Amino acid sequence: MSMTDEAPRLIERPVAAAAEPQAAEPPPAAERDVVFRSHDVNVYYGAFRAVRDVTFDVPKNEIMALIGPSGCGKSTVLRCYNRMNDLIKDARVTGAITYRGTDLYDERVDPVEVRRRIGMVFQKPNPFPKSIYDNVAYGPRVAGQKKGLDDVVESSLRKAALWEEVNDRLNDSALGLSGGQQQRLCIARAIAVGPDVLLMDEPCSALDPIATARIEDLMQEIKQDYTIMIVTHNMQQAARVSDTTAFFTADVRSENDTRTGILVEVDTTQKMFSNPADERTENYVTGRFG
Amino acid sequence: MTDMSVAYPERLTVDQLQIAPSRRHREAIIRYTLLVTALVSVLVSALIVWILLREAWTFITEVVWADTWGQQGWFPRRGLYDIPTIIVPSLIVTGIAMVVAGPLGLGAAVYLSEYANRRVRSWLKPALEILAGIPSVVLGFFALTWIAPNLVGPIGRNTFGVIGAVILLGYAAVSAGIAKAKIKQYREGVADPSARVGAVASLAMLVAVFAVAGAWILGVWLDFAPNNAGSLAAAGIGVGILTIPLVASISEDAMAAVPDSLREASAGLGARKMATATTVVLPAAISGIVAAFIVAISRAIGETMVVFMAGGAADAARFTDSPFEGGLTMTAAIASLASGTDSVVGEGLTFQSLYFVGLLLFLFTLTLNIIAARFVSKVREAY
Ligand SMILES: Nc1ncnc2c1ncn2[C@@H]1O[C@H](COP(=O)(O)OP(=O)(O)OP(=O)(O)O)[C@@H](O)[C@H]1O
Ligand SMILES: [Mg+2]
Repeated sequence: MSMTDEAPRLIERPVAAAAEPQAAEPPPAAERDVVFRSHDVNVYYGAFRAVRDVTFDVPKNEIMALIGPSGCGKSTVLRCYNRMNDLIKDARVTGAITYRGTDLYDERVDPVEVRRRIGMVFQKPNPFPKSIYDNVAYGPRVAGQKKGLDDVVESSLRKAALWEEVNDRLNDSALGLSGGQQQRLCIARAIAVGPDVLLMDEPCSALDPIATARIEDLMQEIKQDYTIMIVTHNMQQAARVSDTTAFFTADVRSENDTRTGILVEVDTTQKMFSNPADERTENYVTGRFG
Repeated sequence: MTDMSVAYPERLTVDQLQIAPSRRHREAIIRYTLLVTALVSVLVSALIVWILLREAWTFITEVVWADTWGQQGWFPRRGLYDIPTIIVPSLIVTGIAMVVAGPLGLGAAVYLSEYANRRVRSWLKPALEILAGIPSVVLGFFALTWIAPNLVGPIGRNTFGVIGAVILLGYAAVSAGIAKAKIKQYREGVADPSARVGAVASLAMLVAVFAVAGAWILGVWLDFAPNNAGSLAAAGIGVGILTIPLVASISEDAMAAVPDSLREASAGLGARKMATATTVVLPAAISGIVAAFIVAISRAIGETMVVFMAGGAADAARFTDSPFEGGLTMTAAIASLASGTDSVVGEGLTFQSLYFVGLLLFLFTLTLNIIAARFVSKVREAY
């Protein structure tokens, strides 16, 4: 990242810290800028190892893009960060992932508590077949909130740049919205829980260029409040929106015909796209892959 | 790979694209045979409804209507056709059946579709299907010889005692939960030294509650002399058991059809499994679940063998609205009247009364289906 990016973040940090109750005691300097830290993470689906020895840090209040060819384990890695792989019956995660210094996979950690802090937006917009209002109010409601829902709904929809379009029909079914509106609704829904991190798995792949541009703008606007990890197949998108980029690829072992996802390189997006250290990254970002 | 290409002529004629005449005839025969099979089932249904209506109409036009309401009971051979006497027991049996099958069937469905892992599923589903395969005559027998004396008997005799026992057992379950949590806390050494006191105290409380509940239940059990008389409650529980698999499997199919993307969305927003099940999956599956209940209610109100055997009345009955007494349901009234060698001899309209009761049953299920269709179109959360 450039120095011009660095300066405003330094000014903002105390403000953000004051808003976070758990950050009352400042963490050690080394962990200050990092939200997630993964170390030798392996993910298995049954006996199949989908991802091998992934180690990287995720900086705070930045957008990190995960790129790589299809099937290299980007979604699998992303889903480790909010324990979403727990929902898949035979999935298993080894290695360590820390979130603000705490082991996410400690046996005392409740995945539900994790997911209230680390929200997720999926590839295909998946609003509930309920009203727009009920979709946004869903997260706060399951967390036990009963009062002030109107305010939460309005501010979340505003943040997701959807308020102007839907404020006169909050009680209509969310399924009546266009695909792009539905995806922004899903972002509003995730924001309404008051998360710290947003994980986005190809959030624009079902959208047209205009809807995509709106969501990219939106990400830029909200990144001062959140840390964002986004999986994308769109190189231009990664280059446009992200501060750092992680490139994954599938390592094919011909002797036993297994494909395993590995992390090739992580660096600032600028460096990854202009002067990557690894040849495989260079081939992929310039479209000479495979 | 072999060469798959075919040499096509420059121009095609219609002849070359025509169906062969013999093939055309075969297609026509297949088509009309299938049409006939479809028509036969429609025809049979129409015939049934026609006969039902014709005979019922004779009854409706010729019966003394004063004898159909507010009489002592249903005595068809004496010309007394008190309709409430057979409708009320039918409703009681159906109601009790749904109280049994609703929670158990729905609970099983939620468990199977939302909680069970593959291993549990692989034996639980077949087990449910076996339950569905039990002939109703076997369940009737079970209801009469086991449910009536062991379940309904004590409740009818000592309602207060049984309710007390249920409350005590609930209390015991809660204190067991508390004790478990306290002991876990103590084991992990999470809490202060008072955790030990808490663990011991809650254990002592648990033992005490179980002692009281045990003594109470023993007292209630000893208090009754077994008798094998059937009753509406016994029949209702039996019918309920019969309809559990129906409720469970139709509801489960409906829930399994709800896309996983909605479950993931819900989990991603910090919802626990129960919240996801009740606020996302159930509303999305509501039309299927209502359908499950409609099918189950229709089945329960039309069920004959269990109520015939365990309902505690045959042929004729006095009016009753107590589930602990024997009563005659609409179906049992038809069955008992139509069975035996002298089938439907008696007063002039005895024979036609069968059809009239049949028509009543038919109207019940029809109304139910109409109401359900309205309800579903209102509350449905289509996905
Ligand atoms: N639920 C699952 N059960 C078994 N294997 C799975 C499951 N989900 C993913 N995999 C496998 O894990 C590997 C990585 O999949 P993943 O979805 O993470 O890839 P991806 O990089 O997100 O691909 P894409 O870009 O196509 O979305 C693939 O080989 C895939 O077949
Ligand atoms: Mg993916």
